[in-house]
Amino acid sequence: MANFNLKINGKNHQLDVDPATPVLWVLRDHLHLVGTKYGCGIAQCGACTIHLDGVAMRSCIIPVSAVRDQAITTIEGLSEQGDHPVQQAWLEHDVPQCGYCQAGQIMSAAALLSDNTKPSDEDIDMAMHGNICRCGTYTRIKAAIKTAAKVG
Amino acid sequence: MPSVKTSFNRRSFLKTTAIAGGGMMLNFCWFTACESSSDKDAAPPAKAWFDFNGYLKIGDNGQVTIMSPNPEGGQNVKTSMPMIVAEELDVDWKDVIVEQAPLNTELYSRQFIGGSQAIRHGWNGLRMAGATARQMLREAAAQTWQVPVVEVTTRAGVLHHQASGQSTSYGEMAAAAAKLPIPEEVQMKEVKAFNIIGSSQKNVDGKKIVTGQPLFGIDTRQEGMLIAMIVHPPAFGVKLKSVDDTAVRAMPGIQDVFTVKVLEDDFERQHFDTCTFLEVVAIVGNTTWEVMNAKKAITIEWEPFAAYTEERTPYGSEKQTFTIPAGLENSADHLARMVESAALPRQVVRKDGDPEAAFKNAAKIIERTYTAPFLAHNCMEPMNFFAHVTAEKAELIGPLQKAELTEKTLSARLGLPVEAINIQLARLGGGYGRRSYAHWVVEAALISQKMNAPVKLIYTREDDMTGGIYRPAYQATYRAAIDADNNLTGLHINAGGIPESPLYANRFPAGAVDNYLAESWIVNSNITIGSFRAPRSNFIACAEQSFLDEVAEAVGTDPIDFRLALLQRAKDKPVGENNDYDAERYAGVLELVRDQSDWGNTPANTHRGVAAYYCHNSYSAQVLEVKVEDNKPIVERVSCAIDCGIVINLDAAINLSEGAIVDGIGNALYGELTFKDGVPEKNNFHQYRMIRMSEAPKKIAIHFVQNDIDPTGLGEPAFPPVFGALANAMYQATGKRLYDQPFNLD
Ligand code: FES
Ligand code: FES
Repeated sequence: MANFNLKINGKNHQLDVDPATPVLWVLRDHLHLVGTKYGCGIAQCGACTIHLDGVAMRSCIIPVSAVRDQAITTIEGLSEQGDHPVQQAWLEHDVPQCGYCQAGQIMSAAALLSDNTKPSDEDIDMAMHGNICRCGTYTRIKAAIKTAAKVG
Repeated sequence: MPSVKTSFNRRSFLKTTAIAGGGMMLNFCWFTACESSSDKDAAPPAKAWFDFNGYLKIGDNGQVTIMSPNPEGGQNVKTSMPMIVAEELDVDWKDVIVEQAPLNTELYSRQFIGGSQAIRHGWNGLRMAGATARQMLREAAAQTWQVPVVEVTTRAGVLHHQASGQSTSYGEMAAAAAKLPIPEEVQMKEVKAFNIIGSSQKNVDGKKIVTGQPLFGIDTRQEGMLIAMIVHPPAFGVKLKSVDDTAVRAMPGIQDVFTVKVLEDDFERQHFDTCTFLEVVAIVGNTTWEVMNAKKAITIEWEPFAAYTEERTPYGSEKQTFTIPAGLENSADHLARMVESAALPRQVVRKDGDPEAAFKNAAKIIERTYTAPFLAHNCMEPMNFFAHVTAEKAELIGPLQKAELTEKTLSARLGLPVEAINIQLARLGGGYGRRSYAHWVVEAALISQKMNAPVKLIYTREDDMTGGIYRPAYQATYRAAIDADNNLTGLHINAGGIPESPLYANRFPAGAVDNYLAESWIVNSNITIGSFRAPRSNFIACAEQSFLDEVAEAVGTDPIDFRLALLQRAKDKPVGENNDYDAERYAGVLELVRDQSDWGNTPANTHRGVAAYYCHNSYSAQVLEVKVEDNKPIVERVSCAIDCGIVINLDAAINLSEGAIVDGIGNALYGELTFKDGVPEKNNFHQYRMIRMSEAPKKIAIHFVQNDIDPTGLGEPAFPPVFGALANAMYQATGKRLYDQPFNLD
């Protein structure tokens, strides 16, 4: 066990936890931020995507000890009112079916748009390649990203 | 307006109202899925709510809370079902708040996900629930205003009496109306008067999903809750021999390790009590990570089991005996055994005319064999369930497709009366059939019972993917007899699978061919299977539609014209009995997709394939347009026509159908689970390939047939035809027919 001071969604959190614990489980089990989802645990599905200093990362394979002073953003903190342009675009296109993969999809999309305000189809395909949706909402996700790009 | 006798009898509705008034929300909810869906902060909150029936209550501020009876797993029922109630109640959709109903078999019927039947079965009940409350509001207004009830009209939550110019809101009349007796007969709207049904309304949980609120079973948390995981046998064909948990018990955060007998040997099993591993090892601890670590460190010995038989009662049918063979199975042997079994005597399921003679006299015979592998469901949310079992009762929360049946299993297994079992329906992170087989819910309950504590059981992705309940492996051989004039004179289908046959003997082209023979066989296996989005259809549609494409080509006819001619025959002069489709509606979707895809005008450098299928009471036809680059198909465009009767929530219906198409393309190209010595050869997404964004079609256009027919299934019907349309399009692109799934161009 070791003490960590994490900056999550703009707030500081102190916790005493096994340094090897993946950020995913720190968020879900210790801090009760359950918007970040478990899908595979091996960085293959994207359900657990968060931002570390604004960069999309798979929280299931990042040990809490590796975070140091990087700022963590989760789906709960992407915007205060749930009105980030990506979230708004998701609502406008009514993207989700079951919804389970969508927090990860939104985090990947938001990171893409913060780097690249006018992504091409290929840019979108590349940035979203790590996010699986068994319900098959890909065409809507792509349309929503394009809508968000126009607004953002 | 059609006047309809309410099928809720007075007593059941009164009982309903009493239950509802007496505390329908029996438990506080631990997660927001049960909370109302309202973002409607604008209106002042209701000070009082009045129950009309189990489906709805009206607030004094005019807001209406509508219960959504069925679990939501992405099919949009939580939005669509309340839309039906709201339509008949005649209320403005913006004044509606939706709540997930608790499991309550007294109040609601068929709180299932399965068979794409939620809307079809719910249709009349939901309409009556709305219409009955509307009628009571009109009666109350008539009494208050001292006018005849027939003169009281409604519009969007307001009651009017034209002659006297009086009007009042539902909210103001709710208290008086809720006290009136339930009418025995109600008027329902004409289809053409619908304004909510057929519109596009946003997913009521949309905001919660995009902001990451707790909604799913896996998000459940309660004070003092422990985390449990199981270790199941690593292979089919082995069982637990011994456990050495000494090291694990000493690991940080670990509370207990024990074995769990999921179902006792003499347990009276229903259909969904398929249990792959009768005994598993449970590890219980404080946090998920600690339990995951212990899971890796535990030492368990396994041993082969002997063959046994198992009795189960398939849903809606008689008790059957299933043989579970011993042994460690291999996929290579599976294929060989299917070929062998297809050559042995088979069960004749249907025979019309004289197929033997047709084949003897044929000028040309075409014979093709199709295969498909086992598939894992791969719901993005792995199996999980919360359970808190005490000596008196069991509280459970989680994602589950057939909670009503699971309740019975739990009652018997835990030794508690059914009334003491309370299951809350969480949103499902995908189901597709997997979550009908609730062995893991029983595991969660038994672990909680043993720990005497609230427990959340979570499967790792590996547990989930290697845990059985797969789409079966199938094989089908189609044989066509063609006469000298290029007429299809005979058809022979010889289909089977491990351990279930995919045959639907009475479906098209049965009824359209004079001489027809459909035969079936099975190969037993200890690998467990379960429903998978459009069971059996998800394979046989591809075999049938690929074969018809090849026959059409052989007789020199356009593939759509060829199918339409067969359908015309089936309509004018059907062969045989019990043909399980309406030839006219079937032809209707083919014609619609032909027109909408501009069939016959294939854009340069692209290639098209068509397929159509009927299942779950609905019809779907699709045209896929592909390019092949570097031996990889790129799906440029999909046109899809669907006849599912009245469409409830248009945009959501389009979304669901788009998803079925993407899912179908993914499974056709990549879906496969193989076995080596009983061990599944894939256990996570680094090995099990799922379709990803770059592989999804660039455009999908969904077209619904407009009609007034009561709604039928939608979650499944758009799935089966994709496989065949893709195979047929890829043939046009490459000149190579594809017979074996997953399709491989190398
Ligand atoms: S859970 Fe992290 S990528 Fe799948
Ligand atoms: S919406 Fe269900 S997995 Fe993506």
